[in-house]
Amino acid sequence: MKTDIILAGVGGQGILSIAAVIGEAALQNNLFMKQAEVHGMSQRGGDVQSHLRISDKPVASDLIPLGNVDIIISLEPMEALRYLHYLKKDGWVVTNSKPFENIPHYPEYGKLMEEFDKIPHKIILDVEQIAKDLGAPRSGNVVLLGAAARYLNIGFPGLENGIRSIFGRKGDEIVEMNLNALRAGAEKTEGNDLS
Amino acid sequence: MKKLLFLGDEAIAQAAIDAGLSGVYSYPGTPSTEITEYIQSSRRAKERNIFSRWCSNEKTALEAALGMSYAGKRTLSCMKHVGLNVAADAFMNIAISGINGGMIIVTADDPSMHSSQNEQDNRLYGRFAMIPVFEPSNQQEAYDMVYEGYALSEKLGYPILLRITTRMAHSRAGVVTRELTDQNPVAIPEGSESRFVLLPANARKQFGVLLEKQEDFLKASEQSKFNQLFIPAKPSTAKLGIVACGIAFNYLQENYPDGFENPVLKISQYPVPKKQLQELVGQCEEILVLEDGFPVVEEQLKGYLGIGLNVHGRLDGTLSRDGELTPDKVRKALGMEVTTYYETPAVVESRPPALCAGCGHRDVYQALNEVAREYANAKIFSDIGCYTLGALPPFRAINTCIDMGASITMARGASEAGVFPAIAVIGDSTFTHSGMTGLLDCVNSGANVLVIISDNETTGMTGGQDSAATGRIHAICKGIGVDPEHLREIVPLKKNYEEMKQMIREEIEYQGVSVIVPCRECIQTLARKKRTK
Repeated sequence: MKTDIILAGVGGQGILSIAAVIGEAALQNNLFMKQAEVHGMSQRGGDVQSHLRISDKPVASDLIPLGNVDIIISLEPMEALRYLHYLKKDGWVVTNSKPFENIPHYPEYGKLMEEFDKIPHKIILDVEQIAKDLGAPRSGNVVLLGAAARYLNIGFPGLENGIRSIFGRKGDEIVEMNLNALRAGAEKTEGNDLS
Repeated sequence: MKKLLFLGDEAIAQAAIDAGLSGVYSYPGTPSTEITEYIQSSRRAKERNIFSRWCSNEKTALEAALGMSYAGKRTLSCMKHVGLNVAADAFMNIAISGINGGMIIVTADDPSMHSSQNEQDNRLYGRFAMIPVFEPSNQQEAYDMVYEGYALSEKLGYPILLRITTRMAHSRAGVVTRELTDQNPVAIPEGSESRFVLLPANARKQFGVLLEKQEDFLKASEQSKFNQLFIPAKPSTAKLGIVACGIAFNYLQENYPDGFENPVLKISQYPVPKKQLQELVGQCEEILVLEDGFPVVEEQLKGYLGIGLNVHGRLDGTLSRDGELTPDKVRKALGMEVTTYYETPAVVESRPPALCAGCGHRDVYQALNEVAREYANAKIFSDIGCYTLGALPPFRAINTCIDMGASITMARGASEAGVFPAIAVIGDSTFTHSGMTGLLDCVNSGANVLVIISDNETTGMTGGQDSAATGRIHAICKGIGVDPEHLREIVPLKKNYEEMKQMIREEIEYQGVSVIVPCRECIQTLARKKRTK
């Protein structure tokens, strides 16, 4: 079983934190993984992505080949579309619906949604609003991870453990907040098995 | 042993600690920064009193590392690829003197220039200096190479250059660590002067020793477990042999999930292992070379006239001459199809990086742009750092950015050619890295330049490392001989705009060297401090 994931967003949105949670979960499940990150210049508000590969066999390439991605998880709708050429035919796109507009010619929202209409398997939700409603405004990224949980093939408890180890340093309150965010994201999408 | 999730950079750092490191000497530079940062925040490194403070530049770093090696201890020096240009004087001569305590020099190259001005391949520096080079294909190998590399460095008596690329540096994987080794005691062999005093008489002798050692280096490569020859039981297309260097090996493997169909030589230690290469060539009619960076091995195999071996790679267009390798580029080079199902829609716009909202550099550029517009021919010479982003909209403020320190020196040259006003913009950390000597040149020649040292009290672009300049810029400029009346400071904030503009005007009009230091802490480091409080 191999899952190839692209995490996308804008520098500073927190894709590396969700990558770390998935990575930790994979490691605890004794799976092999490789995760290529972007550090440096692009982190200053530019587009950023991370290739994350999880498998029960050793993973060769740090980068995912084109047309092979099982799921694109994006904290920003236009950024989700940027990596569509990586997506498998029956792959999923799970994205935050809210644009991050820090460039002069950001496309019209309707035009973006027209493009999403062409993708057969997608989940689009306002993770920031869900996080705000939970009283955890900074956990939008974890809500998104929850929404994508069912496609990651590492099980919901694995992700919960990942959250406990990644956010553990920041105290019980933060851990609890993020566990709620994860669950809320999962509940917003159909068919997530939370056991 | 437990498997830990490490960036390539972190695997290198942990391996060095485990191998008995006594000090790491580095200057921040993407993608090498996380190696030294890891050691700085490692509890074990602290317990073992491992020195890890950032240096002013790569040259001072490498020389300090040599000092520690001279004293017998194991040492590490890390830099980005262009950093080795700065340290090259020391680097080339360490190959002449050799070392005492084990020394590993990490060069983190950046093919595709994710965060750099060029994509030089520093394996060439290894060949230039004629020392062994390691090039790991994965994070575990990076760990093992460093862990075992110290003993090899001491056995051979020379430093080892560890070449990684951005992909290896910034990609995470599970790594199994090994037991902790004791640090070396201080021990300087008798007669070390004949090696370390590079007077011509000694240097000639030492160069002779280096030439003799080449045989040992080659033997080490041929016996290295990091170099491997794979001969498939039933080759389907035996005519083609493949050489895969470093991380390219992964991309090759990715395309043959069920095992290779052709003979493959994996190279992760240089000089190129001759014995294995001869064996490969002996079985094949053509060779495909996969390497991330320049066609270093390909050129060696092909020869200048291209007579003899039939070699494919980056030189004959099988792979593009520039840019990072990917599994897809390798796939095409192997003659296999790449299938995609969707395209990136045309509606997607590019999203370049930008200066953070609230950053002091923004205020500096806004004021500077307004004053510069009052002159017909103002030229602004910038430098390497976050403020290079002043090149992009909305500022479009700078005319040049070449290398660390070139703002001040280029402004001087342009001014002496008749450009007025010639204005340099440099950050605090870049100033102490390579700007101070240029400022001295300006003072000595009485150049008519305005130097703006935009001080955010950190090394910002690489993520907020300590800057050697913090709290020292005024004293340094004064000591260099800048007239105190034309050495001025201001806090770059909206409320000080008019004052800042007037200050810039006055100092442009002053005939001579003037320095303005707009100083306000980086908002990223400030936010981080507030979070950790």
